[in-house]
Amino acid sequence: MNVRTSVVVGILAACLAGTTANAQGKLNVVTSTEDLASIARDVGGDKVNVTALAKGYQDPHFVEPKPSFILAVNRAALYIAVGRELEIGWLPPLVTSSRNAKIQPGAPGYLDASLNVRILEIPTGQITRAMGDVHPLGNPHYWLEPGNGRLIAQAVRNKLGELAPADKAYFAQRYDDFDRRLAAAEKRWDAAMAPYKGTRVVTYHRSWPNFMARFGLEVAGYVEPKPGIPPSPSHTLDLVEEMKRSGIKLIVVEPYFSLKTPQAIASQVPGGKVLVLAPSVGGVKEVTDYIQLFEYDVNLLAGALKQVTGK
Amino acid sequence: MHRRTLVSALVLLVGVTNSARVDAQTADVQALRQEIEQLRKEFETIQQQYGERLSALEARLGGQGAPAPATPDAAQQQPTVEVPPGAAGAGGPTGALPIYGSVAAASKIFNPDIAVIGNFLGAAGTNHINPSPALEMPESEASFQAIVDPYARADFFMAFGEEGVELEEGFLTLPTIPGGLLVKVGKTRAVFGKVNTLHSHQVPWTDRPLVTNNLVGGEEGIADAGISAARLITNPWIFLEATGQVYRGDAGDIFRSSTRGDLSYVGHLRAYQDLTDDTNVDLGLSYARGHNAAGVIDDVDEGRFATDLWGVDATVRWRPLQRAIYNSLLGRAELIWSRRGQFGGRERALGYYGSADYQFARRWFVGGRYDRSERAEDATLRDTGGSLVLTFWPSEFSQVRGQYRRTRYAEGEDANEFLFQFQFSIGAHGAHPF
Repeated sequence: MNVRTSVVVGILAACLAGTTANAQGKLNVVTSTEDLASIARDVGGDKVNVTALAKGYQDPHFVEPKPSFILAVNRAALYIAVGRELEIGWLPPLVTSSRNAKIQPGAPGYLDASLNVRILEIPTGQITRAMGDVHPLGNPHYWLEPGNGRLIAQAVRNKLGELAPADKAYFAQRYDDFDRRLAAAEKRWDAAMAPYKGTRVVTYHRSWPNFMARFGLEVAGYVEPKPGIPPSPSHTLDLVEEMKRSGIKLIVVEPYFSLKTPQAIASQVPGGKVLVLAPSVGGVKEVTDYIQLFEYDVNLLAGALKQVTGK
Repeated sequence: MHRRTLVSALVLLVGVTNSARVDAQTADVQALRQEIEQLRKEFETIQQQYGERLSALEARLGGQGAPAPATPDAAQQQPTVEVPPGAAGAGGPTGALPIYGSVAAASKIFNPDIAVIGNFLGAAGTNHINPSPALEMPESEASFQAIVDPYARADFFMAFGEEGVELEEGFLTLPTIPGGLLVKVGKTRAVFGKVNTLHSHQVPWTDRPLVTNNLVGGEEGIADAGISAARLITNPWIFLEATGQVYRGDAGDIFRSSTRGDLSYVGHLRAYQDLTDDTNVDLGLSYARGHNAAGVIDDVDEGRFATDLWGVDATVRWRPLQRAIYNSLLGRAELIWSRRGQFGGRERALGYYGSADYQFARRWFVGGRYDRSERAEDATLRDTGGSLVLTFWPSEFSQVRGQYRRTRYAEGEDANEFLFQFQFSIGAHGAHPF
């Protein structure tokens, strides 16, 4: 083989390598977020290759549909979306440009994880943009509730079973294991949060309704005056007054928002405290999977609540 | 009245009153008991109904031993609407679909996403060569976008201007064609460089660069009816995409088709690479060819002249993921060569621009652009210019922009202008490709 032939063969081999991700018999699964990726790994085990597009520490509303993502989606056998229009600003052009018939909406390889979970804050009346960047299909941050994580895992188990029927029992066994671990962890989290039931907190964005409802906390206000609208001075003053009047001391913030305004608010409230929680797997380094996500958030939140409530 | 009589009357009155009160209390207690009994029965009925629903739900979920999820409250109360007959045959859903938002939204099922983007422009200062009105509403874009069936989606963009309505783009996209092709059929903006692909509301300035105006057809650019096919060239190193487009051959003042065979052609090669999670580089090579209007005399193409365009574009983006909503930087340059056939020989002209846009706060952007371009018909005429731009976004759906622009035209005139723009969007406008 002469040098030119070797180069041509080498290039061809390299080009083919990009399309043989299924050579080991694994399903390529691509997810919108790292939370869905973690659940897919828990259920799919070593029968799947999982890639998440959005990082856990970035705002999932504002992901850029980069061409490198097109390549990932192009090779997917299954795409798992958060749904409820969370990805409306970036997923449709990716799916359309992917040239992948398997994962187009309605195709067997497209799974909207929101279809069978508990969705909160579904607007029932007329909605307009005067309300801010509202989600007409309900709050899309539903994965922040362990019960919903279990329902997502069931949907993933069923979908993987459809796509790889030979491994159906394997996925069922992996799901059962995930379910057991999640149930055991839930008992710990419930015990840790039990003393603080009914405590009122403020959050930056409407990311936490499922989480707070699950652990019996009440969200009494938001740093954003309306979803997606940056804090204004008048709203900030009103919030400070409300926190003082109601004895609210804790402000929960996502890692992708500036801490400037929350810290300014907390400094004006006696005993006020800002707490950065992880809204997703990968939100902070320690949070490496879905169960760790709650482990981290519950421990941090319970510690902060103990400090501010004295319980 | 005698005192004894008075006392007797009082005693009698008290007795009668007490007796009436006791009777009334007895009746009230009886009514309350009945009411409580009624409530108890209703409660038991509801409890039984919910128990049955819960059991059905558990059974539907597969009975895997998982704790029953909290009942989706909204789903319980959610109104539904029946999918019109025939939808299933077209690959659509069947049965009842939930209605989210207003119940009036039921009428919107299967309607496309509709949006309108308003673009209000103002200009102050002097420009004798290419003046624009003091105030104008040059173009409002109405978009209609939807999935057609399991195999295609359609996008329409209508430009409503002060002079009428024009189809800016209207095309069918076939994303599931075998062979890894992404095919578009209809009127599209050609994939020639970067700016030509962008709608007016997407460009980060109030205007388009001089090179676009001088060599690539200005505001309208290369936009024509035709067929486009794009294919990924898969390799382990970078994103590579090749696009080929065939058009009728009529595009603004660039291409002019006199016969059915006067088609125009556009080719584009795009290479993209993530340098880090935050930084990426995007390179493009473009070529376009079509007949021009230089040889048209009395509506007959006597000269049969053609224009060839070559383009190179480069874009560098930086956006720190964790602070993506607060900071970003985009640097971009495009070089375009034109070779225009015309009476007297071929005219070779070159033009380019370089720009940078920096987002320094959640709602604030500052940018600059340098322009230099010869004119396609006479390359000895060269225009140069520069702009400074400041943009404020009240929200994702509106923006206010001010631009100081200084242009030195080949005629020897300098134009100093302040341009301002209000853009606002209503409805559901689909996401743009990256």
